[in-house]
Amino acid sequence: MIKLEHVGKTFADGTEAVKDLTMEIEKGEFCVFLGPSGCGKTTSLKMINRLIPPTTGKIYINGVDTEKLNPNELRRGIGYAIQNIGLFPHRTVGENIATVPMLLGWPKEKRRRRAEELLDLVGLPPDTFIDRYPSELSGGQQQRVGVARCLGADPPVLLMDEPFGAIDPITRSKLQDEFLKIQSKLKKTIVFVTHDINEAIKLADRIALMREGRLVQYADPATLLNSPKDEFVRDFVGADRMLKGLRLIKVKDVMQKPPLTVKVGEDPMAVKARMESENLRWAMLIDEDGRFLGWITRDDLKAGKPIREIVTPPTVTADPDTPLNEALSMMLVSALGTLAVLDERQSLIGVLSFKNIRDVFGEQWDEQQVEVGKEVQ
Amino acid sequence: MWNQAWNYVVNHPDKILVWTLQHLYIVLVANASAAVFGILIGIYISGKGRERIADTVIYLASIMMTVPSLALYGFLMGILSALSLPSIGFLPVVIALTLYGLLPIIRNTYTAIREVDPAMIEAGRGMGMSERQILTMIKLPLAVPVIMAGLRQAVVMNIGIAAIGAYIGAGGLGQPIFRGIANYRTDLIIVGAVFVSLLAIVIDVLMGGLERLTTPKGVRIRRKR
Repeated sequence: MIKLEHVGKTFADGTEAVKDLTMEIEKGEFCVFLGPSGCGKTTSLKMINRLIPPTTGKIYINGVDTEKLNPNELRRGIGYAIQNIGLFPHRTVGENIATVPMLLGWPKEKRRRRAEELLDLVGLPPDTFIDRYPSELSGGQQQRVGVARCLGADPPVLLMDEPFGAIDPITRSKLQDEFLKIQSKLKKTIVFVTHDINEAIKLADRIALMREGRLVQYADPATLLNSPKDEFVRDFVGADRMLKGLRLIKVKDVMQKPPLTVKVGEDPMAVKARMESENLRWAMLIDEDGRFLGWITRDDLKAGKPIREIVTPPTVTADPDTPLNEALSMMLVSALGTLAVLDERQSLIGVLSFKNIRDVFGEQWDEQQVEVGKEVQ
Repeated sequence: MWNQAWNYVVNHPDKILVWTLQHLYIVLVANASAAVFGILIGIYISGKGRERIADTVIYLASIMMTVPSLALYGFLMGILSALSLPSIGFLPVVIALTLYGLLPIIRNTYTAIREVDPAMIEAGRGMGMSERQILTMIKLPLAVPVIMAGLRQAVVMNIGIAAIGAYIGAGGLGQPIFRGIANYRTDLIIVGAVFVSLLAIVIDVLMGGLERLTTPKGVRIRRKR
């Protein structure tokens, strides 16, 4: 989809911002340019829509040399969002979103319908927002409008320069989640610039890690975390890279079956006997419909006392799609160090313990060993 | 003295009306041309890589402001008669007022365009706007209120300077003032001075309204906060 061939940029003052960059971004891929400030990631992004013309090399989009196109027409075919958003204060939200359609000469009715669609997509009710002005919106809402605007004329390629950089961490995380959802529907080819490793891991299909104008490693997030190519990558991803890697794994991938589930009406002493015979310290209580009620421990089970009265309700629970980093954090506050996994109907479908997470590291360690083995061959 | 002035107003409203209209006409013609030239020059010098030219132009326009109006009329009389154009009356006064009006208009146009948030311009360019579209769709609409403020300043200032135009036969509210000075008629001086001031105040209020009216709605909301 997007192909960069030996692309370089030397600015008028002699700064070599990008050196001999060759890479390819597949159709529908979410590619993140990552690196410290001054590494050339933003310059690389802006060379794709020729906001910065490359000094050397070629950039192809869908096999077409971008140099051969009129730059304004090229840019109208590519979505563009920036950190400072740059919404036009004198235009309504609807007009802002329909900027590219306006430049392309769409009729007014069609532009408005498109703006409504996109507001819906980014979670802003069109009736409330379409005729408002940017100054009446919060930072997060403005950023959503910025995202909607870059989708204006439904371009196949989006270029995004730290679009979530200027908002508070909570809103940012929410916007990232929503943007991932949008992307899973739209399957755009996205080039996204950030200096935030966590954002890159969360969003990217592939990360292009840059340093001083050069591409250091271009790989999917798991590979980048598990097999950093050199000292720089290792330092950049951080000493907690294994912990960061947990974000890439979902609870449903590693959870196990509950060792023992007990229904509400069962006889306490029979349950106690079963637990003793299987040497279990705790069991999980469910109601008739399989909904999780809480934990019961062996010591609390006494004759004549209904199970319902000794149950410890859960402080936190996970759902199957919770990333492991969040799950781990929940387990640290949960009383038993174990986490119940519930589906959307609150039915118990699994349980997660520290051991399950430790096993993940074990697997990755093994994978790494295998790769090292390959290199030796 | 004040009574005499009041009597004059009551007895000669026709004369005052003519002077006022003459005065207004001179100021409006001069400022219309100052606006056209000033805005065009302002847009031109705000272009990329023209900072040097901009500094020079604004410097020259500022020097213009320091030339006393009587001296400027003298210069213009020389130039106009050399071109065999009318060297007294309406034309030299309009030209002088145009020159005086340029500075606030050029300066405000230039500053307003330069101060448009670069993020907006980058967003516009990144979405495929041509330089002309960036100017007409982003920079100018956002600059209009500031340009209007410059125009307002120019008009109000010129209402005062235009009074001196009567000295070289352009008519207007300067006429009673000069006539009063020549004939020791304090009442005439007061009539002229008071009406020049009133005119300035009324026009200032009207232009203020125009300034608010031309401010884009989305920008007005931001200002309210």
